[in-house]
Amino acid sequence: MTKKIKNLNLNFGPQHPAAHGVLRLILELDGEVVEKADPHIGLLHRGTEKLIENKTYMQAVPYFDRLDYVAPMNQEHAFALAVEKILNIEVPARAQYIRVIFCEIGRILSHILNVTTQALDVGALTPSLWGFEERETLMTFYERASGSRLHANYFRAGGVHQDLPAGLEDDIEKFCNSFPKIINDLENLLTDNRIFKQRNVDIGIVSKEDALDYSFTGVMIRGSGVSWDLRKSQPYDCYDQLDFKIPVGKNGDCYDRYLCRIEEMKESVSIIKQCLQKIEKGPIKSLDGKITPPPKKDLKQSMEALIHHFKLFTEGYRVPEDEIYTAVEAPKGEFGVYLISDGSSKPYKCKIRAPGFSHLQSMDYLIKGHMLADVPAVLGSLDIVFGEVDR
Amino acid sequence: MNSLIELEKKINSELTTKVKNSQIRHNQLYVEIEKEDLIDVTLFLKTNKDTKFRQLIDITVVDYPEHNQRFKLVYLFLSHEFNQRMILTYSVNENEIINSLTSIFPAANWMEREVFDMYGVNFKDHPDLRRILTDYGFEGHPLRKDFPLTGHSEVRYSEDKKKVVNEPIKLEQNYRNFDYESPWEGTKYIKELANNDDKKN
Repeated sequence: MTKKIKNLNLNFGPQHPAAHGVLRLILELDGEVVEKADPHIGLLHRGTEKLIENKTYMQAVPYFDRLDYVAPMNQEHAFALAVEKILNIEVPARAQYIRVIFCEIGRILSHILNVTTQALDVGALTPSLWGFEERETLMTFYERASGSRLHANYFRAGGVHQDLPAGLEDDIEKFCNSFPKIINDLENLLTDNRIFKQRNVDIGIVSKEDALDYSFTGVMIRGSGVSWDLRKSQPYDCYDQLDFKIPVGKNGDCYDRYLCRIEEMKESVSIIKQCLQKIEKGPIKSLDGKITPPPKKDLKQSMEALIHHFKLFTEGYRVPEDEIYTAVEAPKGEFGVYLISDGSSKPYKCKIRAPGFSHLQSMDYLIKGHMLADVPAVLGSLDIVFGEVDR
Repeated sequence: MNSLIELEKKINSELTTKVKNSQIRHNQLYVEIEKEDLIDVTLFLKTNKDTKFRQLIDITVVDYPEHNQRFKLVYLFLSHEFNQRMILTYSVNENEIINSLTSIFPAANWMEREVFDMYGVNFKDHPDLRRILTDYGFEGHPLRKDFPLTGHSEVRYSEDKKKVVNEPIKLEQNYRNFDYESPWEGTKYIKELANNDDKKN
């Protein structure tokens, strides 16, 4: 006698600690094997793109912090670069170094979070306790430079908001010297760990071809063996003057992506060190008074500075009619801004290209045929943050 | 193709009738085509050995309510081999149905769903055209220029009914859009005088 067995539909999330935020994943299970995964996203949709259309260029910057909120400044960077390219303004060398330093800090912030929570998802608690202590240190650097730990609002078209406070450069240097030891500790816990390897090796394999077809970027494509990093291939700011390597995976599974992230953190530390050596005193934003606000001390003395200040903070600067796509290598992949300006002081359209969006859509392709317990492992290695997926 | 200029020539010579307009700006190639040629052009760009735009980075729409053809569809492509970026565009009317790229790039699936959700543009042959970012049961297309910033309805938990209810939005104060842009652009005659002085010198 044959019996018909119905597949089981399982709701994974939106309130699930391993869903990395508000993901509702509808899984169709045949026993313990996943047949189909249908991610429902948008639970954190805030209409960022619509809001940006109604704000001036300067007011749009904070919205970028709230996209991928574990590496806020990398996002601001893409927007700042887009506006700078349209306005055709020069960014002073010191500002470029500051921006690169903080972008790399953001990369470390994001990778620590991802590596340790991925370990947490497959059963290891200690890495996250160790890693989060370092994140705390890095966030104090954010705070000392910009005034806030997470929502920095620090990068501007033409440079950065303010200069680094005294002593910060030395403290970042100290961190760079002590952090490699922490990476080693994490590696000791995970890299050769039997359980960690059993849960990650050969799970969620992505071939080169599929990585291209599914629009993977960042670690997701490098893990599959494609050596592609925008910092090298389409360098922005001062990345072309820095010496760093691009770690590439071999098998394209979760374990290789983990290894790539660990190596990238080491490279980031080396990039920050190089920047700290090369950085010199100088202006930290473009000297064009029509775009960057004057220093506060000038406001009491100079009539022109007062006028500039008033115009910049009411009307904002105008951006000539143009259309541009700029992308940066954010920790999670290619983060791009497609900006259309119409000559007014507000963007006509600002499309945000979030790497997590195209990574998450491949969930069905990645998880098909895997076990239910592999869902968190794959999800963890995708490095999803819902701020940017839902926008 | 080694340079964008060569690429532009190549595309223009191979797709002569299909390219309406092409230009190079900001180190990117902008190409305008007709709606009907989308599949042909994309296949050519993806497979030709001199273009190799293997990655579809994003799909989006720009809304111009005052134009004859309201929506401008934008496709962003990236070629790893030649390290080039390309922006492909075409314009359509409000109720036109567009060919889906999902058969060529599986990544187009969610991108087209987002376009459908945000702008209400319909796709033909799309495997699963549902709303993606907005709430279940949402009405309207938020990124259209005629959709108000505050939306049409708000959600709250009703203590009486013991459930979440959807109500038309009530604002204590309307959204205020200040017009800071001064009509005063500097007096014309001074600019003209300055220009004339420059010419004389």
